[in-house]
Amino acid sequence: MTGTDTRSAAPAISIRGLHKSFGPVEVLKGIDLDVPGEVVCVIGPSGSGKSTLLRCVNLLETPTSGKVFVGRDEMTDPDCDLDRVRRRIGMVFQSFNLFAHLNVLRNLTIAQIKVLRRSRTEAEAIARRTLDRVGLAGRETAFPAQLSGGQQQRVAIARSLAMSPELMLFDEPTSALDPELVGEVLAVMRGLAAEGMTMMVVTHEMAFARDVADRVVFMDGGVVVEQGPPEQVIGDPQQERTRAFLSRVLNPTAVDPAEEVSATPAGAQIGSLHVEPGAVPGH
Amino acid sequence: MATTSGTTHPTGPTGEADDPPKPRMTRRQRARLSRGIQYAVLVIVVAVIAFRADWGNLQQAFFNTEVIGRMFPRVLIVALVNTLLYTALAFVFGLLLGIVIALMRLSSVGPYRWLASAYVELFRGLPALLVLFFVAYGIPNAFPGFTLPFLVMVTVGLGLTAAAYMSETIRAGIQAVPRGQVEAARTLGMSPARTMVTIVLPQAFRIVIPPLTNEIILLTKDSSLVYVLGVTAGQVELTKFSRDMLNTTVNSTPLLIGGLLYLCITLPLSQLVRRLEIRHAKAR
Ligand SMILES: Nc1ncnc2c1ncn2[C@@H]1O[C@H](COP(=O)(O)OP(=O)(O)OP(=O)(O)O)[C@@H](O)[C@H]1O
Ligand SMILES: [Mg+2]
Repeated sequence: MTGTDTRSAAPAISIRGLHKSFGPVEVLKGIDLDVPGEVVCVIGPSGSGKSTLLRCVNLLETPTSGKVFVGRDEMTDPDCDLDRVRRRIGMVFQSFNLFAHLNVLRNLTIAQIKVLRRSRTEAEAIARRTLDRVGLAGRETAFPAQLSGGQQQRVAIARSLAMSPELMLFDEPTSALDPELVGEVLAVMRGLAAEGMTMMVVTHEMAFARDVADRVVFMDGGVVVEQGPPEQVIGDPQQERTRAFLSRVLNPTAVDPAEEVSATPAGAQIGSLHVEPGAVPGH
Repeated sequence: MATTSGTTHPTGPTGEADDPPKPRMTRRQRARLSRGIQYAVLVIVVAVIAFRADWGNLQQAFFNTEVIGRMFPRVLIVALVNTLLYTALAFVFGLLLGIVIALMRLSSVGPYRWLASAYVELFRGLPALLVLFFVAYGIPNAFPGFTLPFLVMVTVGLGLTAAAYMSETIRAGIQAVPRGQVEAARTLGMSPARTMVTIVLPQAFRIVIPPLTNEIILLTKDSSLVYVLGVTAGQVELTKFSRDMLNTTVNSTPLLIGGLLYLCITLPLSQLVRRLEIRHAKAR
C-alpha cells in the first residue's frame, strides 16, 4: 500500500474547486482533493460536509460548481453517463440500505443481473463467493430484517463488491452499529484495504483511520483543513482546528500528540478508540 | 389490585390504608351489574320485535322458497359472475391507470404533475354514476357513430373513478419507501426507471395492498351502477338482477339473496385486509 503507484496516470478520484450549497447554505466551500489508488479516511466534526463530499463523488448530490473526476470520466460533465460510471463505484451507507423486499442472495444478484447483464448462474456464484468473503456464507435466504446490524452492513459491503467496483465509498459504515458489532465490519474493511482496494472512508473510528489509511483528510466548515499521512494528521496535527477536534474526539483521555502512533500494532484495537499507554489525561 | 376482602373500616381521603375510599360495590361487581343491564335491554328489544313481527308474513316476503327456486341458478352463473367480472375489469384498468397517474404526480415534469393532480381532483369530485353516464352517452354524442363495446364502457366507466382513488394510494405507497432504497439502487448503476420497477414499486405495493383491497370492496358495490348503461339479460349483475326479480315476483326475497351474495364477496375481502394489516404491522 503505497501512495504513489504505477497503475494509471489518472487518480481514482479527483475533485477540483467543488462547491455545494443547499439553498442559501454553503456546505462545501471549494474542495480540492485527489484520491490515488489508496485508502483515504475523511474525518471531521458533525456537519462539516463529509457526507456531502462523499455523495458528490458519485453525484448522489449534484455539486453547485466544480469538477469531479472518477478515473478518466468527468462525473460533473452534463453528458456523462452516470449510471455507467456508478457501476464502478461501490458505496456503503451508514444505514445499510439493503433492499428490504429481497433476500440476501437477491440483494447481491439483482444489480449484477439487471445492470451488468450477468447470467443468473454467474451472478449467484459471484454472490456466494462474495458472501463468503464477508463471513456470511450460508445466509443467502435470510431477509435484511432478520440480520443484525453488523451482518446487514457486511451484506451491504458484499452487495457493492459483487459489482467488481474499482473503488469504494464508505459513509460512516459503523456509526449505526452497536459497539460490539463494529469490529466485524471494520475487519472486513481492513481486509479490503489489505487487498489494495481504493477506498474513501468517512469515519469517526480514529483507530481505524490511524491503522488503515494511507492518508487522512480533516474537514471542518466545508473545507479541507489538513491532510497527510495518519501519523501526521492524527499523531501530530499542524492546524489548531485539527488539534481541537482530535482532543474532543479522543476525550476524556487525550492522546499525547508527540507520541509515536505508528508503533501501534496493526489490528490490535479494532473498533475502539486507541489510547496510548502513556497518555497523559487532561493534556 | 383491588380485592373483594370484606374490610369495613372507614377510610377518608387521607386514610393511611393504601386502598382508595371504598365504594359501595367493588369494581368487579359494578362491571357485572352494567353487563347484566345491557343484556337485559337486548333481550327485551329482541323479544318485543319477535313478538310483534308477523313471522309468516316476513318469511313470505324475505325467504320465499318458491322465489328462491326461480332465482337459481341464474343469480349465480349470470349475476354473480358479471358482478365479479365488472369489478375485476374496472380494478385492473383503474390500477394500471392509477400507477401511471401516481408516477405522473411524482414526475419532475411540471405539466405531468398538474395534469395528474387535475385528474385526481376531477374524478374524486364527481359521482361515479355521472362518470358512467358520461362514458355511455357523452362519448357517443361527441363522436357520432362511435360506440364502445359494452365491456369497455363498464371497464372505463368504473375504472376512471377508481383510478383517481388508487393513484393517491399508490403515490403514498411510493413515497413511503425510504429514500435510501433509491440511493442504494442508483449507486449500483440502476437507471431511474429500473430503480422504480425493481426496487420502489415492489416495496410500495406491499404497503398499499390493504388499501387497494378496500378499493376492490368499494368497486364491487359500485359495479351495481352498470345498469345505467342499459344491460341485456346476459349482462345483468347482482343488483339489477335482484331488482328485476323484485319487480316480476313482487317479493323481497331477491333483495335478501342479492345482499347475501354481495357479503359473500366483501366479507372475506375485509377479513383479508385485516389480516394483511396485522401482518404488515408486525413486519414493521
Ligand atoms: N439534503 C440536504 N438539504 C439541506 N441541508 C443539508 C442536506 N444534506 C446536508 N445538509 C446540511 O449540510 C451540512 C453538512 O452535512 P453533512 O451530512 O455533509 O455533514 P457530515 O460532516 O457528514 O456530518 P455527520 O458527521 O453528522 O454525518 C449540515 O449542516 C447539514 O444540515
Ligand atoms: Mg455524515
